[in-house]
Amino acid sequence: MRWVYLDNNATTPVLPEVLEAMRPYFGEHFGNASSIHHHGQETRAAVERARESVAALLGCRASEVVFTSGGTEADNLAIFGLTSGGLVRPGDHIVTSTIEHHAVLNACKHLAAQGCEVTYIPVDGRGLVDLADVKRAIRPNTKLITIMFANNETGVVEPVAEIGKIAAEADIYFHTDAVQAAGKIAIDVKQIGCDLLTISGHKLHGPQGAGALYVRKGTPLEPMLYGGSHERSRRAGTENVPGIVGLGKAAELARAGLERGEDLKMAASRDHLERELLGIEATGLNGEGAPRVPNTTNIYFDGIEGEALVIALDLKGLAVSTGAACSSGAIEPSHVLTAMGLLPDRAKASIRFSLGKQNVAEDVDFALGLIPETVGRLRELSPVWAGAGVVSRKFAR
Amino acid sequence: MLHSETIAVAMSGGVDSSAVAAMLRAEGHNVIGLTMQLWNQRRLAGREGMPESVQGRCCSIDDVYDARRVAETLGIPYYVVNHEERFERDVVRPFVEEYLAGRTPIPCSLCNNHLKFDQLLIVARQVGADKIATGHYAQVVFDEPRARWLLKRPADKSKDQTYFLFGLTQEQLSRTLFPLGGMTKPEVRDLARRHNLVIAEKPDSQEICFVPGGDYKRFLEAYLEEQENGPTEIAGEMVTSDGKVIGEHSGVHNFTVGQRKGLGVATGAPLYVIQIKNETRQVVVGKDEELYSRTLCARRVSLISTTELREPMRVAVKIRHKHQPAPAMIESAGPDEIRVTFDDPQRAITPGQAAVFYDGDTVVGGGWIENS
Repeated sequence: MRWVYLDNNATTPVLPEVLEAMRPYFGEHFGNASSIHHHGQETRAAVERARESVAALLGCRASEVVFTSGGTEADNLAIFGLTSGGLVRPGDHIVTSTIEHHAVLNACKHLAAQGCEVTYIPVDGRGLVDLADVKRAIRPNTKLITIMFANNETGVVEPVAEIGKIAAEADIYFHTDAVQAAGKIAIDVKQIGCDLLTISGHKLHGPQGAGALYVRKGTPLEPMLYGGSHERSRRAGTENVPGIVGLGKAAELARAGLERGEDLKMAASRDHLERELLGIEATGLNGEGAPRVPNTTNIYFDGIEGEALVIALDLKGLAVSTGAACSSGAIEPSHVLTAMGLLPDRAKASIRFSLGKQNVAEDVDFALGLIPETVGRLRELSPVWAGAGVVSRKFAR
Repeated sequence: MLHSETIAVAMSGGVDSSAVAAMLRAEGHNVIGLTMQLWNQRRLAGREGMPESVQGRCCSIDDVYDARRVAETLGIPYYVVNHEERFERDVVRPFVEEYLAGRTPIPCSLCNNHLKFDQLLIVARQVGADKIATGHYAQVVFDEPRARWLLKRPADKSKDQTYFLFGLTQEQLSRTLFPLGGMTKPEVRDLARRHNLVIAEKPDSQEICFVPGGDYKRFLEAYLEEQENGPTEIAGEMVTSDGKVIGEHSGVHNFTVGQRKGLGVATGAPLYVIQIKNETRQVVVGKDEELYSRTLCARRVSLISTTELREPMRVAVKIRHKHQPAPAMIESAGPDEIRVTFDDPQRAITPGQAAVFYDGDTVVGGGWIENS
């Protein structure tokens, strides 16, 4: 059976070069990077090389990169690190958006429970936050703005550089979750003007379990974990050397790819997939009219349950996704799409397709060979589908 | 085996549905495991009288985990599908409304009619399965002379679940498999053991899946509180069958016909609930012998073995799940309505429960018992 994977916003396969770079650090190079002997020196050098590669991808200094266990930890470290650093206290105010990843949303929810005030900036029908809303949300006690770079479900790129300016003018710390942007589009922390920025290894063809937080020099960040003085006392715990090496290699390859214009090729491939799928009746693009990362398209197919389409396609070998899975694995209506104003039925009829570097033109052809027919079968058997004209009332905004 | 089919198995994480998946897989079918996520067990947690956390219940993370482990063991694809909205609309709300109207509902039948054999069957067909299989103890056979699909009692009469399945349509029955219909429970457990399924020794579940601990009154109160619809307006009088007021009660939902305990009135002779009057919110109590009746009216009737009831028919009728089928005559009393006349008076005929008609082992049909 042929398997085609178009769910690269969930995770990406580790590139062969990345795996090769990691391999020695499971075997002959096993030292603890904090050890003073030869073995420790070997792995210390590897960790610092990886730090330089990540810094090069983000346009920062190596000393501003803190390795973590992944995107969730980096988001939490950014938000709670400022809290325990005394910068954000009960009674203080935080600005975020309604479409953040749960790593940010639930961290803010926790701070709200501890007495912080949180403003959730809404998004428009395209999935974009309005800069005027961000400005209006700022109060004298606002200490942190945390708004994502690119959305995981729609790929929509938020105006982070403009938000960075607003934050700088108001002298407020700015964190951005760039997990879905890193490797897909160019990132320059200076140009964005952020103080904190999150990336995750496994979203850019690195390994799972490795991520990083950019911490601008001088940011008063306290650790969440207490232990040794690893990562300049900002993240205790023996380094995950193979993971960090893999993340460094993935960052290096991502940067080289962007320089070669691979993002444009990716966008062409995505646009082809998108155009063909939008040719199916009663479909539409979520995030239309907004800038997007080059690998993602999110499309609604009115009259179907996205859940059933994901299952039907998986059984035919095509991996795509919808919404966010809850703990049981069942699918819940996406908070991102509902925040964009989609009615629940249309949100549940939406599917995310996300390409990766490993995908070839035949993968897109395979998907295009399967989807129209499968959508047709689902609609035929759907109790709510009676043709595009009839169903549109139920699904229209 | 004749030919290989694509079959979706409704997997609950229990031994019965797991055994079904194992059997069909062993027979060479292309099996897809599906679990319905129907109710968020944490939704009412922490409210008055409700447990903080719920372990090992239907739709709990534990049961999904078990079903997933079984699917992994068998090497079949497995998915959880979310039907919480439909479940609340078609099962939980009617369940609550029935109790508030003084009836005693059967949510399992509603779930079978609206979720398992409707919604799940649609999903199954959408994802490419021709049929759905469940772990119910029942049999479905095609009867050539009548050209109809028949629902029959299983080999293991002690596990018979046909009472909950009388609402299935011909279309649904034609796409349904009950592979356990010819087996006994010990045989099913043996089969699960032979396939090394982790759930082989898992205890049977008996309760209503969304009511933790089986305490439906607390569930109703917690649900109504969540819906901000307090049960205060359902309080009323407790009266005797000759109309004498002997006390008050806090809500008709606390009572079921035949109930003896918890009436809150003390008299010399034992008293039972003999009727719940929805319009006046009166709970009528009386002596045991007043509970007996020879007739009932079943509405919203569903017929399986025949298209219509042209003339009266001799059948055996079950008026609750654990009732011994009693001989009776059934006759049409209007569209979708059947009058049942028992040979002998039956105790505690309860509105809201189903009356299911049997011709030997074959289910003729059934309907919902109305207030007499």
